[in-house]
Amino acid sequence: MAVFIIALTDWQFGARTLRFVGLANFAEIAGDEGFQASLLNTLLYVLMVVPGTVLSGLGIALAIESGRSLRAFYRAIHFLPFMATLAAMAIAWEALLHPTIGLVNQALAGLGLPTANWLRNEATVLPVLAVIGIWQNLGFAMVLFLAGLKSIPQDLYDAAEIDGADGWLDRLRTVTLPMLGPVSLFVVVVVALRAFEVFDTVQILTEGGPGRASEVLLLTLYRESFEFLHTGYGAAVTIVVLVIAVALTLVQAKLMDRKVHYQ
Amino acid sequence: MSRAHSLSRPAAIARHALLLATGAVVLAPFIWMASLSVKPPGEIFQASFSLLPRQWYALENYGKAVTVAPLLRYMANGAIVCAAILALQILFCAPCAYALAKMEFRGRSLLFGLVLTGLLLPHQVLALPLFILCYSLGILNSYAALILPFVVSPFGIFLFRQFFKTIPDDIVHAARLDGLSELAIVWRIMLPMAMPAVIAFSIFSVVAHWNDLFWPLIAVKSPNLMPPALGVAIFRGAEAGSDHGPLMAGAVLVVLPLLIAFVAAQRWFIEGLTSASLK
Repeated sequence: MAVFIIALTDWQFGARTLRFVGLANFAEIAGDEGFQASLLNTLLYVLMVVPGTVLSGLGIALAIESGRSLRAFYRAIHFLPFMATLAAMAIAWEALLHPTIGLVNQALAGLGLPTANWLRNEATVLPVLAVIGIWQNLGFAMVLFLAGLKSIPQDLYDAAEIDGADGWLDRLRTVTLPMLGPVSLFVVVVVALRAFEVFDTVQILTEGGPGRASEVLLLTLYRESFEFLHTGYGAAVTIVVLVIAVALTLVQAKLMDRKVHYQ
Repeated sequence: MSRAHSLSRPAAIARHALLLATGAVVLAPFIWMASLSVKPPGEIFQASFSLLPRQWYALENYGKAVTVAPLLRYMANGAIVCAAILALQILFCAPCAYALAKMEFRGRSLLFGLVLTGLLLPHQVLALPLFILCYSLGILNSYAALILPFVVSPFGIFLFRQFFKTIPDDIVHAARLDGLSELAIVWRIMLPMAMPAVIAFSIFSVVAHWNDLFWPLIAVKSPNLMPPALGVAIFRGAEAGSDHGPLMAGAVLVVLPLLIAFVAAQRWFIEGLTSASLK
């Protein structure tokens, strides 16, 4: 509640006076190029991370589930980034992406491909951050898909086999993928929510730069509220973040309900 | 489980090849980090590629990481903060969850509605009001600022309530007949029976707060109080990307405790960390 009220004032943290400015803070962020860039970047980031994470998570889950050996081992490896401290791993990624001594550029140069200063180039910075986002979350998507795969009744595979679907691809097309529909929708929303809250990698690796090429909503929220003590503005950004996050969570809760009825 | 027909030999090989390849990509940052952390500066800046150093430089790099930056202090802070948060969370959430699951009182569904609303809010949204609250309490830049905002966990209350609900009422009645107080029922009967939920929640809580960067960045300024994620970020800022060896050693140290715990209790970790998304 307090945030709503602050969002309607020109209060600066520490100031003793405040003036009620109505929706002026919202008008300000709506017209502010910085905020627009931030919102757009966050949206683009989510649009890159979600399909990348969901498809790679699904592919890996299918591959793991298709055989019996080393299941736990593969699951553990792919899950590792999800629990590792992202602030520290961001530093590891920075070393991988280092323009001269990084493994990525060394490998590209070795193959005769063009190299880049990945985190200092406006064109590459957001996609590269998205790759880190995908790397971090794909194990999470994988685990959710593995759970979804386990809940598909064996009868359906038997029935499909009787109907002549006996190749792996046939079973995938006729049973597995259709049955994964509800889970997939759920994974999309959960991953979108996580991607939307991107902060650590941006704060550590780029601070929103170069220029504003990688400025995202939580970074704007953090800087305006706590670095520039531009509290009214920060509160308005907070409200925007709140509305988007709550909307996504409600969609997720709705999907959970459906899944329960489904089984 | 025979949904997977046993694969033909080429298919099985293709499966392993694919998963080893994706696994290698996923592990690359970990391996590169560990590799740089044991190399001397001269070898780090060499263009030729090798994972193992010609000259082991681990002692120097790790030594520098714990002396130039107070890495061990950061990790001790992380342990203190995580332990305090978890202990207080269980202390508060278990009785709340018990009341919501097993006791009849007016306003119960309203209170549970509030818990569900709390689940909706990402904690970054609460940062601004919490910051102002901590400021007016005068606890900014202290352990209290790192710990207190997380003590009442809607997720913890929710998770415990769901679990307590599955415990039959008869057990509660029998305990009451035996003369146990309600609080004794929570600690001596409900919580031990809800161990799977307690373990899942503990892992979720410790991982979340060991890794958290956002709130510590706001709440503390003094290096003596910084938890590991913030500490290593500050270390990187101070090094300005010049001294890679010690920086990578620092990153390894921060990641290592959770990594070891993960290897030891893999299944619990995966369950604990995904349960939060299935709330």
